[in-house]
Amino acid sequence: MQAKNVFVSFLIGLIFWTLLNNTFDPLILSVGAGLSLLLSLIFCARCDVFSELKLTPVALLYTGIYLVVFLYELIKSNLDVARRVITPSLPINPGIVEVKTRLQSKMGRMILANSITLTPGTLTIDISGDTLYIHWIDVKTEDTQEATEKIVRKFEKYLEKIYG
Amino acid sequence: MNILAIIGAFVTLAGSIFLLLGSVGLLRMPDCYNRIQAGTKASTLGTILSFAGILLIMPGWWGKLLILIISVILTNPVSSHVLARASYHKRVPLTKATLVDKYQEEEEYIAVKDQHKEDQNNDQT
Amino acid sequence: MVETILTTSMGIMLVSIILSIIRFVKGPCYTDRVIAFDVMTISSLAIIAGVAYLSGRVIYLDVAMVYGILSFLGVLVVARYMEKGL
Repeated sequence: MQAKNVFVSFLIGLIFWTLLNNTFDPLILSVGAGLSLLLSLIFCARCDVFSELKLTPVALLYTGIYLVVFLYELIKSNLDVARRVITPSLPINPGIVEVKTRLQSKMGRMILANSITLTPGTLTIDISGDTLYIHWIDVKTEDTQEATEKIVRKFEKYLEKIYG
Repeated sequence: MNILAIIGAFVTLAGSIFLLLGSVGLLRMPDCYNRIQAGTKASTLGTILSFAGILLIMPGWWGKLLILIISVILTNPVSSHVLARASYHKRVPLTKATLVDKYQEEEEYIAVKDQHKEDQNNDQT
Repeated sequence: MVETILTTSMGIMLVSIILSIIRFVKGPCYTDRVIAFDVMTISSLAIIAGVAYLSGRVIYLDVAMVYGILSFLGVLVVARYMEKGL
């Protein structure tokens, strides 16, 4: 498990180094490989951040689909919040609701919470166990089940495929 | 090439309009949670669109612009979530238009637990 | 053409920074000031990218990167201080 952890963080470090330098010169690449191997051995040998990640082709495919769905939701809800801001009467009904998630892994929950926060109109305030507390700018329902259907389900069905 | 540059300039213009709407929302919203909603997230999309516009104008700079876009996407939700939780623990009041607050019981539970832990520490010392 | 549109959009970003400075001065509680600071720095990132194109220097993008990371750390430190002290 720890070997996979080190390997994924090494890969991320190397990709960032290559993007920063914008070159494939073997000398610079080898310096970057050495540095990112050293850093991932120092910082990621004992943590388990990436150990739940699946590196199968299906998971990679669903990651791509998830990115497209996420960008669509981001633009749609940004337009919605922009419409609320420039309407003179300020049509907002804010409130804090609680929703449940079915995801088990910590990484999946973190990505779910970040996606909910990044789509405007919903803002994750806290997570405890499988319950997320969400500040919603336009509360349509106070019931936990219906709020889960409306907010979480559209992201969760893809994240379940990726993280299980 | 030239067409791509003009499209990129218009994408940057759209991004700047989103940034402007974000700060107008920052001025108009009634309490700080709604200000977080309107302010930090409209500005996220605005910044991403501006970087994408520069990316269309100068395709040679894609590496650094891609790193900038990824870092904005990763850091912005974390900072707004941390701010919202800190202001809730500081008991910044919600606006009067708020319909429902399910977080209250959980927050009281955490406060009681912290108090209990503090008492134990005082007993030990 | 491209330069004109870019300059216009940078002017709009400057207007958004000025609006958030108003919230920064006026804000009733700490959180409002920190949010206004966040919006100001994020708008400045977009302006720095525009300046990097207009002056034709790719090195300005590194400035934007470090500036973004520093503003993120600043917001985290203030929020942590508000929540449970340093």
